[in-house]
Amino acid sequence: MESILVLTHADERGAALSKGSLEAVTAGRELAARLAAELTIGIVAKDATDAARQVAGAAKRVLAVEGEAFTQARFKSDAAACEALCRAARATIVLASESSRFARVMAAVAHRAAGVIDTHVTAIGGADSVEATRWFYRQRIEAVVSREKRPWFLLVDAGTNAAFAREAGEAHVERIAVELPAMRTNVMGFRSPKTDHQMIRPDAKLLFVAGAGWTKKQPDGQIHVEQAGELILTFVNAAGASLGSSKSLVDQGGEGNSVLPFLTHLNQVGQTGSTPRHAKGLATCCHGEEPHVVGWRFVGERRAVSLDPNCGWTRGKADVVYVADAFEVMKRVNELLEKAAGSQ
Amino acid sequence: MGFHIVVCAGIVPDPLQTLEPATGPNGPGIKTEMVLPAVLDPWAASALYEAANLAGKNPGSKVWLVSLGPKAKLQQVMMSVAQKVSFELVPIDGPIGGFPDAQATAAALAETIGAIPGLERARLMLFGGWESATRGAGVTLQLVGERLGIADQFQGVDAIEVREDGSFEVLERVEGGKHQVSVCTGVPAVLGWATGNLAEPRNNPQVGMANMRTIMPALQKAKMVTLDANGLQYVSVSLPKQQRATRVEKNMSADEIAAELVAWMGAE
Repeated sequence: MESILVLTHADERGAALSKGSLEAVTAGRELAARLAAELTIGIVAKDATDAARQVAGAAKRVLAVEGEAFTQARFKSDAAACEALCRAARATIVLASESSRFARVMAAVAHRAAGVIDTHVTAIGGADSVEATRWFYRQRIEAVVSREKRPWFLLVDAGTNAAFAREAGEAHVERIAVELPAMRTNVMGFRSPKTDHQMIRPDAKLLFVAGAGWTKKQPDGQIHVEQAGELILTFVNAAGASLGSSKSLVDQGGEGNSVLPFLTHLNQVGQTGSTPRHAKGLATCCHGEEPHVVGWRFVGERRAVSLDPNCGWTRGKADVVYVADAFEVMKRVNELLEKAAGSQ
Repeated sequence: MGFHIVVCAGIVPDPLQTLEPATGPNGPGIKTEMVLPAVLDPWAASALYEAANLAGKNPGSKVWLVSLGPKAKLQQVMMSVAQKVSFELVPIDGPIGGFPDAQATAAALAETIGAIPGLERARLMLFGGWESATRGAGVTLQLVGERLGIADQFQGVDAIEVREDGSFEVLERVEGGKHQVSVCTGVPAVLGWATGNLAEPRNNPQVGMANMRTIMPALQKAKMVTLDANGLQYVSVSLPKQQRATRVEKNMSADEIAAELVAWMGAE
């Protein structure tokens, strides 16, 4: 019989559980109910009291590793904490969110537990067994896998489950002691790109992608990088969209060409960039080549504005393609958004 | 003293190639994968360029490139990679593609790295891509580091800055378009690279000729491995069926398009 452990961690502020962790709790609850398996929740936090309240009613058993050292998302301390929780829970299946914090350590934890791991899981199914769905070749091939070996660690992608909402009752926390060796790594904090506003917004409804065409010669034979930058920033801020880019555009900075200064490789969507989840996506001045479009796998409705009537978007990769000048279109869009904001 | 930098890098089909899954006697794979043009895995390539850059700044450093794949395919890819930066190739003759088990791949890599003559663990920086363009699991490098007993690991790395006292600052990608800044007191360490900050080096025929002198003999002596499935079973492997019925609008004015886009953005 299977037993399930869901590993969770606190968010950057330290007390509340991360959204991804609460999504993993939902996945664990559903799997436990289907398999009639025992469910345990493990928490890594500076102080697990508030975090435990968030998972009240989710599982009979709640374990926690606490302490100042666990405020930092660091390999050595996080691996030790997760290892201790796994040993205490003795679960056959371990679920956790595919957060940067847990993605950094969970394979090592699986190895220490003599288990195996699969990551970027988008669904957990199966009739009599456990089957995990994940993508290969950067979202180009989908596979369903199962394993006989236990413990089996599964890292669940963000956005694939609803976040667990606490139920009635209190969670009684069993504290697990962990003796940490000396740390050689110290987390100093976070650094954001040098822009006025954070424009990578994972929770935004709309993804706006700027392609290399914004920095190419326009019909008047000139390059209008400043105007492009202004149009893009105005739109992204007015629409509350998340700003993405193609590789070719962010690479231009390294090749000495005109660039949009607010774009970095962090904005890059595609094979060597991110694969964000948004309800809608709008691509502009972008060819829609396959290495970029694989990053759109989890974007629902897709539209594109391109001067090229034969671009990749027209070949079944977007719902609507407008063959038009993005400078003109986005200028009009910004005017409409400004008018709408003014009338509110 | 310099660093001993080991870069783990697989080979992957050229991103512009059409991929079609096929099941063979050894499980799933890519149809005609052996004849598809291949390249060095993009994020691992970033790791290689960053390794060469770091070695150049720290005299006495050396770079090894450890790559697992069919010998013939490795030779093909190395013909172009060898012209970029200086390294010593440590090839492992094994299966191609993203479907073999990551745990088994990591075991083969760790065993090979552990046996590299002259490699000093006290000077070791283990580099690689944080995820591959094949399996894309982001676990292989971490497992190699764990097997080699390296307890300071960083993933999604975009920058490293080594200080005079041997400590180094690392920028790792985290959620929300930010970097986590960490300082480690020194090597050994594992760094799984994202894009980094370096452009792809231009081809240098002299570097290529120097590299090829050691690459060809290394390929001839490449150790052959078979990878344990570790109980991994593929229930299904398929292409996504997401071809959209695209509406292409060629005659709408900018005003009409803008109005339609704003209405679409606002619709639930």
